[in-house]
Amino acid sequence: MMLLAAPAINIDNAFLSGILGLIAFTLVMTVGVMYATWYERKIVARMQYRLGPTRTGPFGLLQPIADTFKLLTKEDLRPATADFIAFEAAVFAIFIPALMVFVAVPFTADWYISAIPMSLLYILAVSGLSFIGFLLAGWGSDNKYALLGGMRAAAQLISYEIPMILALVAVVMVTSTLDVYQMILYQDTVPLIVWQPLAFGIFLIASVAEVERPPFDIPTGESEVAGGVFIEYSGIRWSMFQLSSYVNMYAFALLGAFVFLGGWEWPFGTDIGWGYQLLLTMVKMSFFIFFYLLIRATVPRLRVDQLMSYAWKVLIPLSLYQIVTNGFVIVYDLPDVAFLLFSGLGVAALVYSAAFIVKRGEPRRPLTMVPVRATAKAAPPAPAVAADVVVEGAAT
Amino acid sequence: MPFDALLGNYLAVFLATIVGFGLIATALIAARLLAPFSKEENKRTSYECGMTPIGSTRAQFSFRYYIFAILFIIFDVEAVFLFPWAVTLVDASKTAFWEMIVFIGVLGAGLAYAWKKGVLQWNRE
Repeated sequence: MMLLAAPAINIDNAFLSGILGLIAFTLVMTVGVMYATWYERKIVARMQYRLGPTRTGPFGLLQPIADTFKLLTKEDLRPATADFIAFEAAVFAIFIPALMVFVAVPFTADWYISAIPMSLLYILAVSGLSFIGFLLAGWGSDNKYALLGGMRAAAQLISYEIPMILALVAVVMVTSTLDVYQMILYQDTVPLIVWQPLAFGIFLIASVAEVERPPFDIPTGESEVAGGVFIEYSGIRWSMFQLSSYVNMYAFALLGAFVFLGGWEWPFGTDIGWGYQLLLTMVKMSFFIFFYLLIRATVPRLRVDQLMSYAWKVLIPLSLYQIVTNGFVIVYDLPDVAFLLFSGLGVAALVYSAAFIVKRGEPRRPLTMVPVRATAKAAPPAPAVAADVVVEGAAT
Repeated sequence: MPFDALLGNYLAVFLATIVGFGLIATALIAARLLAPFSKEENKRTSYECGMTPIGSTRAQFSFRYYIFAILFIIFDVEAVFLFPWAVTLVDASKTAFWEMIVFIGVLGAGLAYAWKKGVLQWNRE
């Protein structure tokens, strides 16, 4: 309602303010995503002892613009056997939910596109829609890698949605509201990360899986499914998929900054003016973005069986534990420190079981190593296939 | 909150779908105008490591995806029940808390059963 309220104009017409706010946001978002790619390339390059883009402008700052023109002027292919409707609709089905999330996001105390009641529920519901686009792209491309990638994407998104929702249920129990705005106001003295470190950890891990960034980029892993769902998309359609991926990343980073780090409220209060509030939001959001880049550069990709068992065997039981202990503390009026105590125990379990599960997930039959000289006589080793590939004719 | 005001808040959601649609459509049209187009036919085959694709794409994939989808539905419905309970818990009685613990316990037992049956193990032999 009041996107432009604080500095200049107060528009009373819901339709006009909505459309103006959305167009302004879309423009800022597009530029923000372009420079997120530049930032990512620079940061990851520095982590790998490289320089990243340097040739285009100072510090390679014009690189995203060059990339945009390159992608715009690249031929846009569609396989002749592809399902026309599913192939074309997939781009829209992934991007539109990503944009819809931001309708409910309060960037500062006065800057939001629309004040949606129960905005947390709305954000979760809308961001859960994007897996339809991945399924459409996987099915519509008429490509085996794309089909497998689409299936993997759907399985991963639904598996990690549950721990994310349950972790946020735990936070809702503490704050007693489903409105992100009210949750921010709740954190005027202490951010919720202090009381709910376990919920924060689960949210952080699940959000990386939800935006399919490394090390959870199994649906698009080049070494396994050769790009996955995006394999048949080129030029501008591919870049629209990338755009939605980055927009989703911003969305989850903002949600985490609001729900766990206190958004624009903590530590300076509501009255510091929209400029500082916006800055505070951006700084907190950058922590999440930087974390995503950090683990992209340092953690190797998980296998599909490790990924699924991590969601179902570690994150979901631990989020249920967080809910039950929260309820216990609230109903029996224990002091607030009990939140920290129970949640801290859960964090210890999270760290311990992560290592445990990843070790347990190693294949039981190690791949047989045949010496090079003996290969002529020995039978060729069985081809290594990913766990979810069904080999034609192979009895299981 | 009056109904009209509620609808006014959700108007922006409807507008967001239109703006999103418009943005993608603009980009696709711009690419159609700017990008080159060659009449080569072979470019329209789907990619399979550079060879002509073998067999149908509508191939088999692992049955496990369906099992995880069913488990997802169960837990998603659970989350729907949990949200209203979580919001009102501060004012709720101890009975309400223990009732929900029973509900979570039943689901936890179900998860443990699925775990024991090996459903959660992707590469079961």
